Amino acid sequence: MNPVRASLIRLRALLGKEFRQLLRDPRMRFFMVVPPLFQLMAFGYAASFDVRHAEIAVVDQAQTPATRALRAAVAATGRFTLHYFPAMAPAATALDRGEIRAILHFAPDFETKQTAQIIADGSDSNSAQMITGQLSQTLQQSARLSAGIEPPVHIEDRAWFNENLDDRPYFIPGIIATIVVITTVILTAMTVVRERELGTLERLLVTPVARLEFLVAKMAAVASVGLFDVILISVIAVAWFDVPFRGNGIGLLAGSLLFLMSSLGIGLLISSYAETQQQAMLLAFFVIMPMVVLSGFAFPIRNMPAVVQWLTWLDPLRYYLVVIRDVFLKGSGIGAHGFEYGMMALLGTAALVLSLARVK
Amino acid sequence: MSDAAAPLILAEDLTRRFGDFTAVDHIHVAVQPGEVFGLLGANGAGKTTAIRMLCGMLPPTTGRIQVADVDMVRHARRARGQIGYVAQRFSLYGDLTVLENLSLQAGLYGLTGARRHERLEEALRLLNLREHRAVMAGALPLGYKQRLGLAAALLHEPRVLFLDEPTSGVDPMARQRFWELIYDLADSGIGILVTTHYMDEALFCDRLALMQAGRVVAEGTPDELLRRPLPTPILELDSPDAVRFERLAHTWPEVREVIPHAGQLRIRLRAGTEPAALRARVDAVAVEQRLTVTALRPAAPELEDVFVAVLEENEV
Repeated sequence: MNPVRASLIRLRALLGKEFRQLLRDPRMRFFMVVPPLFQLMAFGYAASFDVRHAEIAVVDQAQTPATRALRAAVAATGRFTLHYFPAMAPAATALDRGEIRAILHFAPDFETKQTAQIIADGSDSNSAQMITGQLSQTLQQSARLSAGIEPPVHIEDRAWFNENLDDRPYFIPGIIATIVVITTVILTAMTVVRERELGTLERLLVTPVARLEFLVAKMAAVASVGLFDVILISVIAVAWFDVPFRGNGIGLLAGSLLFLMSSLGIGLLISSYAETQQQAMLLAFFVIMPMVVLSGFAFPIRNMPAVVQWLTWLDPLRYYLVVIRDVFLKGSGIGAHGFEYGMMALLGTAALVLSLARVK
Repeated sequence: MSDAAAPLILAEDLTRRFGDFTAVDHIHVAVQPGEVFGLLGANGAGKTTAIRMLCGMLPPTTGRIQVADVDMVRHARRARGQIGYVAQRFSLYGDLTVLENLSLQAGLYGLTGARRHERLEEALRLLNLREHRAVMAGALPLGYKQRLGLAAALLHEPRVLFLDEPTSGVDPMARQRFWELIYDLADSGIGILVTTHYMDEALFCDRLALMQAGRVVAEGTPDELLRRPLPTPILELDSPDAVRFERLAHTWPEVREVIPHAGQLRIRLRAGTEPAALRARVDAVAVEQRLTVTALRPAAPELEDVFVAVLEENEV
């Protein structure tokens, strides 16, 4: 028989097997749907750097018309819930207990010194920064307004792509990247190691099957799980969380396929080092965690030390994330991100070549 | 088809080392078409390593393997289309049905269309799996799993069949049917290599090789092996007091081993001991303890006796 035709017949048989096993396994169906939904809920509702309804203590020992006007201005932002305390001591206790996140203090000598004090809970540095920033900005503006002073320069700020600077449109597209990397790296590693553990892999290799045919079928099955998750999360992000989708689906799909080359390669590489499924799982987490941290998913890369920033160049997730955020928020298209697509293709090829060489 | 003189499996100087450990040590195997060749030995003697090399799953450290006229070391993939393999452990997919497993194998061997359908039906019929085609393989009883393993190995009509402890854990009836099938396959001209540690199964083989510590220490047809002179004679004691004799015999200096066997005792003497010495001992004890001896005669050697003797010779 023609060797190419024989190879295609084998590949078709293997693909049938992989997809049957995939769809038949209840744990697999769970793994495909529940973790993505869970992450969506976690990041859609729980994780947010935004300051909304921050509990603030107000200690107004001056009680002048000016302080009342300032208090009213803070209340009017709608971002803070104000609690009035007669003295500093009980307010400090509330801060200790974590019941409030900051204290706004007008001392009895406010009239003469014209100084208001903000004390924030620095144990949560991120929100402390946001709260002090917003409070002081509000106070400044209100003070200027009541004094009738025009600021020398008018600053008009606009945020493009995410007009209200919400965290959701920033985080939710990123979930696609984290879910795809977690699902596909773990799945690739686990299914290959599982077949080795059960002896089914060795049994396959007594047949005329080539290792590459076996791996291609496996990777095709895992890649389709990854693409399924991309589509699932995108639909929910747009339909439920009102995240915009300004680019095109082709760009997202192309980016996902290029990224899958890396994650499948990494999964395969892990499978070549792990002897049991538990080892594979553990190794996968060791690899995935730094990939996510270095990707810029939660922590901006430009804030990292220079050496760490160089490391992020090797993280395919970094480029995937840029592509995904662009497709959702900016829509500037594939052309604007040729570098990212190119890097993913490069890293993906390297990962595949390396892993295929090792799996022999 | 090759002419009958050329062996279907030929391994010369086959050696496999794992680090310092030599699992298989310069063995020579030749299996003719239509022959059932048995590889015997205890666990760890090197049988499974040997069969894995012969199937092309494990490259040999040194040596030459030719299976169905193909060089297994250099062209393993070409040879694989000619061989069928049944693993010791069930190694098809438990989460696929019987038919799905067989279809997968059919695809892997490039079977398509009418021939594929024909071969699948034939395999299901041959191994009595027709009513079980829609059952998940993982849910099958062990004997059925073994049959499925054999069905999968026969789909592509291989010229050579490798069976690694195919009947371990299978009930005696199923084992017998399994062997009947093996004979039918051999009659059709297939060369069969089987590993086992069941002595009764070893007798079913046309030729046997006994492995110990990676080497073949005895080889021949079962008859040839049974005719080998034993350095340690075996006597058969027939007595209504066999149970008491058994307890006593353990303490006699002439005796190496006592094996109760169908109401009689098989008594193996130490090397160099004359059967007459035991006869005298038995008579004296019988009188002293008022035990009855119906008969004490030299026993026909069994394969196990031969192997125990060979293994002991080699241990010295």
